[in-house]
Amino acid sequence: MKAALVIIFIVLLAGCGGNQSALEAHGPSAVALKDLIVLFTLLCFAIWLLVTGFLLWVLARRRAEPRQDQAAEQRMTVAVRASVAATVLVVAGLTVASFHATRSLNSGADDAVLVSVKGQQWWWQFTYKDATQASIFQAANELHIPVGKDVRLELESIDVIHSLWIPSLAGKLDLIPGRKNDLTLRADRPGTYRGQCAEFCGLQHGHMAFLVIAQDEGDYRQWAAAQAAPATEPSDAEAAAGKVVFMSKPCAACHTIRGTPAIGSSGPDLTHVGGRQTIGAGLLETTRGSLAAWIADPQTLKPGNNMPLVPLTSEELRQLSAYMEGLR
Amino acid sequence: MDSIAPVKTLTVIGAISLIAIAAAIGWAREPRQYRTDPPAAAAFDQLRLMPDGISGTPPEVYFAMGKPYESTGFDLSQGKRLYSWFGCSQCHGDGRGGKGPSFIDGWWLYGPSLVSIAASIRNGRPHGMPAFKDKMTSDQIWQLAGYVKSIGAYSASVVAPSRNDDKTNRPAENRAPAAILFDEGPAPLHPDQGPSP
Amino acid sequence: MGEQETYAALDVDLHDVELEAKLDKTWGSRPGFWRAIATVDHKVIARRYIVTAFVFLILGGLLAMAMRLQLSQPEARFIGPDRYNQIFTMHGSNMMFLFAVPVMEAMAVYLVPLMVGTRNIAFPRLNAFSYWTFLFGGLLLWLSFALDTAPDVGWFAYVPLSGPEYGPGKRADLWAQMITFTELAALAVAVEIVVTVFKQRAPGMSLDRIPVLVWAMLVMSFLVIVAMPAIMVASSTLILDRLVGTQFYNPALGGDALLWQHLFWFFGHPEVYIIFLPAVGLVSSILPTFVGRPLFGYLLLVMALIATGVLSFGLWVHHMFVVGLPRVGESFFTASSMAIAVPAGVQIFCWLATLWAGRPVFRTPLLFVLGFIVTFVMGGLTGVMVASVPLDSQVHDTYFVVAHFHYVLVGGAVFPLIGAVYYWFPKMTGRLMSERLGRWAFGLIFAGFHLTFFPMHILGLWGMPRRVYTYQPELPWAGLNLFVSLSSVVLAAGFLVFFIDVLRSWKNGLPAGPNPWKASTLEWATSSPPPAYNFRRIPVVGSRDPLWSDADLPVAAGMRTDRRELLVTSIVEALPQARESSPSDSVWPFWTAIATAIMLIWSIFSPWAVVWGSIPIAVALIGWFWPKGTPEDES
Repeated sequence: MKAALVIIFIVLLAGCGGNQSALEAHGPSAVALKDLIVLFTLLCFAIWLLVTGFLLWVLARRRAEPRQDQAAEQRMTVAVRASVAATVLVVAGLTVASFHATRSLNSGADDAVLVSVKGQQWWWQFTYKDATQASIFQAANELHIPVGKDVRLELESIDVIHSLWIPSLAGKLDLIPGRKNDLTLRADRPGTYRGQCAEFCGLQHGHMAFLVIAQDEGDYRQWAAAQAAPATEPSDAEAAAGKVVFMSKPCAACHTIRGTPAIGSSGPDLTHVGGRQTIGAGLLETTRGSLAAWIADPQTLKPGNNMPLVPLTSEELRQLSAYMEGLR
Repeated sequence: MDSIAPVKTLTVIGAISLIAIAAAIGWAREPRQYRTDPPAAAAFDQLRLMPDGISGTPPEVYFAMGKPYESTGFDLSQGKRLYSWFGCSQCHGDGRGGKGPSFIDGWWLYGPSLVSIAASIRNGRPHGMPAFKDKMTSDQIWQLAGYVKSIGAYSASVVAPSRNDDKTNRPAENRAPAAILFDEGPAPLHPDQGPSP
Repeated sequence: MGEQETYAALDVDLHDVELEAKLDKTWGSRPGFWRAIATVDHKVIARRYIVTAFVFLILGGLLAMAMRLQLSQPEARFIGPDRYNQIFTMHGSNMMFLFAVPVMEAMAVYLVPLMVGTRNIAFPRLNAFSYWTFLFGGLLLWLSFALDTAPDVGWFAYVPLSGPEYGPGKRADLWAQMITFTELAALAVAVEIVVTVFKQRAPGMSLDRIPVLVWAMLVMSFLVIVAMPAIMVASSTLILDRLVGTQFYNPALGGDALLWQHLFWFFGHPEVYIIFLPAVGLVSSILPTFVGRPLFGYLLLVMALIATGVLSFGLWVHHMFVVGLPRVGESFFTASSMAIAVPAGVQIFCWLATLWAGRPVFRTPLLFVLGFIVTFVMGGLTGVMVASVPLDSQVHDTYFVVAHFHYVLVGGAVFPLIGAVYYWFPKMTGRLMSERLGRWAFGLIFAGFHLTFFPMHILGLWGMPRRVYTYQPELPWAGLNLFVSLSSVVLAAGFLVFFIDVLRSWKNGLPAGPNPWKASTLEWATSSPPPAYNFRRIPVVGSRDPLWSDADLPVAAGMRTDRRELLVTSIVEALPQARESSPSDSVWPFWTAIATAIMLIWSIFSPWAVVWGSIPIAVALIGWFWPKGTPEDES
C-alpha cells in the first residue's frame, strides 16, 4: 500500500509515461484534462486518507464495552449528518469543476486544418481536405499537424466501432459506423505523440496505433506538399524491379500508389510509405528490413490482419522492399 | 435430509460435465486458420480440372484440412468480405447477377463444384470473367469460391454468413437465397439448361 | 375432513422430539440420485448454486492468470490474439453472469428464508428450475471455450463487432444465449425473493424489523426485475439480427449501433448494483455481530439502499461518455453519476459510526469487512473520477477503468462475500472454518489485490488501453505490467488458501453449534446446518435483533405437520393471514430446464427451434403443474 502511495505521488509530481500518456500533456485540451485529473486525484486521495485514518483510529482505540447509550447515538447522528453534507458539497464541487473543464474544451477555429479520419480493422486512414471538403491527399497511420493551430478531425468508421485517442493532445472520441463525430485538437509544441485505438475492435485491437507528428508551420507545409505529390519513380534497378513485382502481384489489388496503375483501396495508401516512421499501424519502425519482414509474413507479425501472405521469392522480396523503402 | 446427498449429486454432475467437455475438446476443437502455411497455400494453387474445365478434384490438402472453405463460418465470412473488396458485385450484383451470371438461379455454367468456382476465379472464363490469380492469393481465391458457392445453396447452412450492415434486399446467405427458386414453382429455370453448356 | 383429524395434524401439543420427527418426514428429501435432483429445499439449491458459482470463480480466475501471463512482457507470444480475446471475454462474462450475480442471489436464496423465519422460499420449484438453467448456461459457455468457439467480442459485445457482418461463426450467438440462460435464472430467483420477503415473514417482523441484508436482497431483486428485461431484449435482438437478418443494429437500414449500448448499459449499470447491494447487506449483517452492538442508522441505510437502486437506472450513459453525445445529456449523466456517491457515502458513514461505538472483535469475517471498507472507498472515489465526462475522456477504456471496476467489484463485493462465507459457513455446514488460515487468506488476498490492481490506475493514465493482447516494447508499460503479473500470483495464492480452508473445514472443521458468533438474526435461532423445515416452530419477532433482545424466542403454533405448510403474513405489519401449502419435491423443474436448454441452444442454429423446441417445454410444464388436488391454503 505504502509503495503504491509513493508511486502515485511520484507520478503526479514528475509526470511521465512516454509519448502516449495523459500525464504528458502537450495541447490545451490535454493540459486542461491533466489539471482536472490532478484536482480529482488529490481531493479523492485526501478523502480516502480521512476515511482510512478514521477507521484505523477507531480500530486502534479498542473500547472496553460497546456503547449504545443516548449520548453516543446523538454524537453519531450529528457526525453522520455532517459527513453526508460534506459528501454532497464535495460531489457538487467536483461536478461544477467537471462542467467548467468541459466548457474550456472543444473550441475550434474556422481556419482549422481539416482531416477526415476513417477507422478500420486495424489501421487508420487520414484524408487531408481543403476548405471545400475536397480531398487533397491520403495518408495512413501517421497524422502530421502544424503546431499551435487547431486541427479538426472528422471521425468515421468503415466497419466496427473504434476510438481515437491521443492522450498527450486530447481525450478520446469514438468512431461509430453510421455516425460522424468531430474532434478538435491542437499541439502546443513540436513532437511525436502516439495514439491508439481505445475501443475493442477485434483481433488486432492491440496493434492499431498511429503517430501524431506536430511540426512547425513551415515543416508541415513542406510535408503536405510532398504528400500531395505522386510517388517518386524508383531510382535504381532493384527498386524498379520491385515496382514491377508490386504491379504484377496481388499487392496492387489492395493498395494505391499514386502515379502508378496501383489503385486498390482496401489497404493503406502506400504512395509515401517509406517516409512514414512506422508500418503496420505502429507495429514496426520503418526500415528496409522491417518492410521485408512484414511483406514476407504479415500474419505472423500481426495475426489475423487483412493483408494476406503473398508467396514471393527472396529476390522479389528484396526488390519489393527496396521499392517500398524508396517511396518517400 | 443431510449434506451428503447434494454433495454426491454435485460430484456426479461435475464428473459428467468434465467428461463431456473433455470428449468435446478431443472431438471437435477447431481453431481458426489465420495464416495458411505456404506449402498448403501452394498446394491450393494446383487445381486438377477435367479436360472440359468444368469439374475436378480439390488438392489432397483440402480434405486433410477438413474442407475449411465450405464448412467454417470464418472462411465464408472472409470470402464475403473479398467479394466486395474485389469488386465482384460490379458484374454479379449481390449474387443475383448483372453483366455476369447469377449465382442463385440454380444454374452453374461450369458446374457447382468448389474446384470449378475456384478455377473460374483464378483463371477467368470466356465472355468477360477476368482472371484473379495475380490479384489474390490462392487462400483468398478459395475463400471467395466457398462464399460464392454458399450464395447459391438451396438449403440454409448453419455456417453461412448472415446479412451485412448495408442496404440489401435479398435474404442473407444463411437464409438460402437460392431457395426462392422452389417458391416460384418449376417455371423460371435457366433457358440454357441442358446436359452441358 | 373432521375436526379431530385436523387437530391431530397440527403441531400444537407435540413434544419437540416428536414434532421434529414428523416435520422431518414431511419436509425432508430421501436419499438417491433422482431424489437429489428433485429436491426443492432452498438451502440445498442455494448450496449448489454457491458451489457452482465458486467453481466458475476459480475457472475465471485461471483465465485472469493466463491474461496476466500474456501481458507480463511486451509482444509476448504465450497466447495469440484470437485466444486472448476469447479469454478476456470469457473472464468478464463468466465473472459477471456466472459468478457475481448468481452467487449473490444464491446467498439470498439461502439466507432470506432463514432470516425472515419461514420454512422454504416462495415458488421452490421455480428455484430448482433456476439453478438448472443457470448450470446449463454456464456449461454452454465453458463448453464453447473448450471447443475454441468461445465469444471473442468482450463482455458487453458491442455491435457491429458482435453483429452478423463482423462476428462470423456462432461465437457471439453462444454469448447472447448464455445471457438468456443466466437472466432467466436470475429473474426467477428475484421473483421468489420478493414474494418471500413480502409474504412469508415471521409474525411480528414488520417492515422496520427486517434485517438490512433482507432489505438489500429485496432491492436487488427489484433491480433484477427491472433491469434484466433490457438485456434479454438486447441479446434476443442480436440473435435475430444474426440469424434471420433483422435490422435492429444496421445503421444502413434505420437501425443503430448505439441502440445496443443503451440497452446493454440500461441493464449493465444496475447490474453493478445488483452485485454490490447484496454485499452491503452482507456487511451490515457481519458488522454488528463483531462489534457487539446493533447497526447504527438502520433507517438511513435502508433509504440509502433504495436510493441507490433508483439512481442506478439514471446513469447508464456514463459508460458511453466518449460516443459523442450532446452536451446537455452528458451533463445530466455526470450529475447523476456523481450523486450516487451520496447514498454510497451514507452506507460507509453508518458502518464507520457502528465501528466507532462498538468493540471490534477481530475475527476473519470482520477482517474482510474492514478490507472491504478501505478498498471500496477507493473504488468509489475513482468512480467519482470517471463520472466526470472530460476526465472520463482520458481514462475511459483504459486500465484505469479496469482498476476502478475491480476495486468496486472485488473490493466491494468479493471481499464481503468471502467474509460472508467465513461467517455463514458454520451455519451451512455445521463446522467452523480455520481462523489461522482465514487470517492468511485475508492477508494474501488484501495485499495481493492492491498490489495487482493499484498499478493499473497508473498504467491507464500512461495510456494503456484495456483489452489489448499485447503492447509494443517501446512503450513504458513493461515494468508495471510485470509487477502486476507477479502480484496477481499473491492474490491467487490468497484464494488458494481460502479454498483449501473451505475444503478442509467442510469435513474436519470444529463443530459450530447453532450460534457460534452470538449473532442477533433469526438464521442463528435454529441448528447448524438447519433442518429441512428450518424452524421447529415459526418464531415470533418483537424487535430488530430478536436473538439479542429476548432471552427466549417466542414461537407460533398451529402449523400442520402432515403436509408442507408455510405461514403467510401481511406485507407491512407481518400479521398472520393464512397457512399455505408449499410444493413438494419434483423432478419436473429439472426436465423443464433441460427442455428450455435444448430450445435455447437449438435456436442459435435455426429459428424453427422456437416452434418445435417449445413442445418439450410445454410437456415438461404440464408435468410440473399437474394438479394434485391439495387445498392451496387455509386462513
